[in-house]
Amino acid sequence: MWKQMFVILFTMVLTENFVLVKFLGICPFLGVSKKLDSALGMSAAVIFVMVLASAATWCIQTYLLVPLGLEYLQTIVFILVIAALVQFVDFALKKYLPSLHATLGIYLPLITTNCAVLGVTILNFTNEYGFLESLFQGLGAGLGFMLAMVLFCGVRRALARSKPPKCFEGLPITLVAAALTSLTFMGFSGLAENLFS
Amino acid sequence: MKKTQLIKNGLFDENPVLRLVIGTCPTLAISTTVLGGFGMGLAATFVLICSNAVISALRRLIPDKVRIPAYITVIASFVTILQMLVKAFVPALDGMLGIYLPLIVVNCIILGRAEMFASKNPVLDSAVDGLGMGLGFTLALIVMASIREIIGSGTWLGLRLIPEGYGISIMTTPPGGFFTFGIVMALLTALLSKRGKKCASGAGCEGCAARESCGEVK
Repeated sequence: MWKQMFVILFTMVLTENFVLVKFLGICPFLGVSKKLDSALGMSAAVIFVMVLASAATWCIQTYLLVPLGLEYLQTIVFILVIAALVQFVDFALKKYLPSLHATLGIYLPLITTNCAVLGVTILNFTNEYGFLESLFQGLGAGLGFMLAMVLFCGVRRALARSKPPKCFEGLPITLVAAALTSLTFMGFSGLAENLFS
Repeated sequence: MKKTQLIKNGLFDENPVLRLVIGTCPTLAISTTVLGGFGMGLAATFVLICSNAVISALRRLIPDKVRIPAYITVIASFVTILQMLVKAFVPALDGMLGIYLPLIVVNCIILGRAEMFASKNPVLDSAVDGLGMGLGFTLALIVMASIREIIGSGTWLGLRLIPEGYGISIMTTPPGGFFTFGIVMALLTALLSKRGKKCASGAGCEGCAARESCGEVK
């Protein structure tokens, strides 16, 4: 069983990386990846919320929506659960772990509208995962997000010193650099399945 | 404001993807085929028109403090309706868009227009603004998808333009998406700077939830 968990984890981090292969969470990827500490803070908050949201939505879907035959409400219920969860985590951190809140606090409100979080909760059900598998998929997706952010942060640091043609300055060259970063992740295809087989 | 001006605004002057740089996730992901891009554009246009109209009608009733959750609820309801319609009448599109169909809920274009336009303007204007923005999104998707489909698989809307075996298949993969978007943005910047206009003004940031901690893309 643990083998399958590791396959899910490695698939989500490397071969099916949320940002670079699935294009989920591009806004924070382009917006918050300029400095390493903000990239790390944002990714830590995303990992935290993704795991919690995977757990919460799995329970709600399995014990509430399916028995009542309300599966069609999935989208609306999930986004509201994520919004409520983010608020709750914000309050809880402020009250009990103020030091952690100081570092992660500013990133939490952005996570509600981060498509990667809603994406992972919906994917848990399109893949028909159980509870533990959903948790690992949430964790893997978050770690993959962090890996992409940290790697790209380094790329952007080098980019800041370069001098591209005038029309490529700013966003266009950043996107071309993202293309090359994404290209490296294509090399991982098939890795997770074969590594543990 | 005049209705035609609103449409032109969404299509060109404030094109959500190419000028405001919002809604990039579906633009990159669904632009591998022109048909998929067209379907995604129309789906988002439907949600934009409906949510803009309803949010504008409720703009005096929604308290300022809870406006974002209220907007998200309205948008999510229309996305749910859209999901049911697509599943019932065009199941092929449902397969093509996959997870990106429910993810229209968190598309920044829709929440951004609710915050920037619909919350301040009358119902009809907001609906027309939704139509203009939706068409602008569709236009951007078709431009991106045309480049990727023609170079990547040698077809346009399934019509073969380049003989089989000459497609550069990397264009249809994820790196090709980033690359095409980068090149399109660079070309647009070059074109606009010739005309003395600024590109990617970041005007979309006003409605973006990430604006406080975002270091701006520039």
